[in-house]
Amino acid sequence: MGSILSLPVIISALELGFIYALVALALFLSYSILNIADLSTDGCFTLGCAVGAQVAVMGHPVLALPAAMLAGAGSGFIMALLQTKMGVESILAGIIVNTGLYTVNLAVMGFSSNLSLFKCETVFGYFKGVFGPTWYKLIAAVAIVVIVGLLLSWFLGTRLGLSIRATGDNDDMVKASSINPAFTTTVGLCVAGSFTALSGCLIGQYQKTCDINLGTGMVTIALASLIIGETLIGKGSMLRRIAGVVLGSCLYRFAIAIALRLRVPAECLKLVSAVIVAVAIASPYLKNQVAFRKRKKAALSARKGDGSC
Amino acid sequence: MLKITNIKKTFNPGTVNEKVALGGVSLTVEEGDFATIIGSNGAGKSTLFNAIAGSFYMDEGSIYLDGQDITYVPDYKRATVIGRLFQDPMKGSAPHMTIEENLALAYLRTTKGRSSVFSRTTREQRKMFQERLALLHMGLEDRMKQPVGLLSGGQRQALTLLMATLVPPKILLLDEHTAALDPATAEKVLELTKQIVRENHLACLMITHNMHSALELGNRTLMMDSGKIVLDIKGEERDGLTVDGLLEKFSRGAGKELDNDRILFSK
Repeated sequence: MGSILSLPVIISALELGFIYALVALALFLSYSILNIADLSTDGCFTLGCAVGAQVAVMGHPVLALPAAMLAGAGSGFIMALLQTKMGVESILAGIIVNTGLYTVNLAVMGFSSNLSLFKCETVFGYFKGVFGPTWYKLIAAVAIVVIVGLLLSWFLGTRLGLSIRATGDNDDMVKASSINPAFTTTVGLCVAGSFTALSGCLIGQYQKTCDINLGTGMVTIALASLIIGETLIGKGSMLRRIAGVVLGSCLYRFAIAIALRLRVPAECLKLVSAVIVAVAIASPYLKNQVAFRKRKKAALSARKGDGSC
Repeated sequence: MLKITNIKKTFNPGTVNEKVALGGVSLTVEEGDFATIIGSNGAGKSTLFNAIAGSFYMDEGSIYLDGQDITYVPDYKRATVIGRLFQDPMKGSAPHMTIEENLALAYLRTTKGRSSVFSRTTREQRKMFQERLALLHMGLEDRMKQPVGLLSGGQRQALTLLMATLVPPKILLLDEHTAALDPATAEKVLELTKQIVRENHLACLMITHNMHSALELGNRTLMMDSGKIVLDIKGEERDGLTVDGLLEKFSRGAGKELDNDRILFSK
């Protein structure tokens, strides 16, 4: 195992795991808490990257983070508007926004399909001076995710946060509790959008490039991370669940890193992702089934031993 | 206090499925009134509640609460002053949130304006929740951190009742809220209802299929049939009334022979 996972591989898996964990946290909010399948994630991720890259190119790598988050919140707002004010089903709203974002993203990137950040400063650069060349990216990613995770955990305990959680949990109750579900859905999707875009922005600065197809398949990856985390950690306090999502994201990156080290060709990675997602989703169910079979077998053989039927 | 004037609601108008759910209902509920509502399935009882709570808007007519026109006020805004319990105990609380969080939600909703959306419950408030839960005598005060989904139907309905009245509403709507519970639990929840309504001097409307509790509870009984209130009795007229007398009055009020297969009341 040691030969498969060398230190640089572990570090880079953790770096990506933490940065992509923000998308998983966005889906945690929209999918697990609000019960909305947000298919605009792919476009929103690229949007964050594109906006962040442009601002970074202008020489403001730190300002790029809030700028990207604002853009992501805007994307979430439009998604919420379609759902709550125009009666569009959430899945359709996501597809529509995602389609529209493709053009928007191209426009943000100056109608070019990629953007290079090689010559400009990044937020990671600021950390390099303090923590040295090996760990700086990881420390930056961890710091940002920890801050976001703590803020999210705090937010979900406030009146607004509780209202958002109730919206996804019991629609009947929400209306009878004087909560406007249109408002809570909008806030939830805006926050989720800003997380997704922040992740995109960080990936752009991490890889020092922005590509129009960067976000493709992001929703599947984030969903996989989310479900791995929820399967392993299960229910519990909000902070615990959030930590689980981050853990899930890291584990997913380790699985991909191992696949790469086992010389799985890069063009097969999407299939590997799909298999990981399927296994992660199916495993709790299969575990139950296996346990039931065992109990059934034991019960039946005990009955045979009795000689009664 | 609550003044409903000639409200009408027709579902699926202009189709073969057209159904007049409310055909011109007028009703005035005074402060401290506790009215029981009876009537067969489809008589319009729940539609009346939906009208008051604002689940949908009326085709015609007006609804005033405390002198304020709420005919076109959306449901979630009315909910600050209208408490509501459904027959289904699962409808009133969020299953994946803890008892404490559910109560916090019910409590914080009414602190609107006075505090920000980022307000959280304080230690004293949590203590208050615990004391209120203890009054239910269900041991819920020791399970504050457990998700509500783990509670039984009766416990959830009692919790919902507490949530709906944690900050007393102007009017409480109870839509057969004990019908899905076992007799002993139903009795307990009904006792709690009486106690809470009495202590807070709430105006209350309660739908029931139990003719005995219809006469025994509250100070007024309404009977509905085919989207209309056909009987409204209170005071002396109600005091001496038996279940049989009520059924007789109903058949006269509805203007038709009583058909026990159709009107499934439990005597």
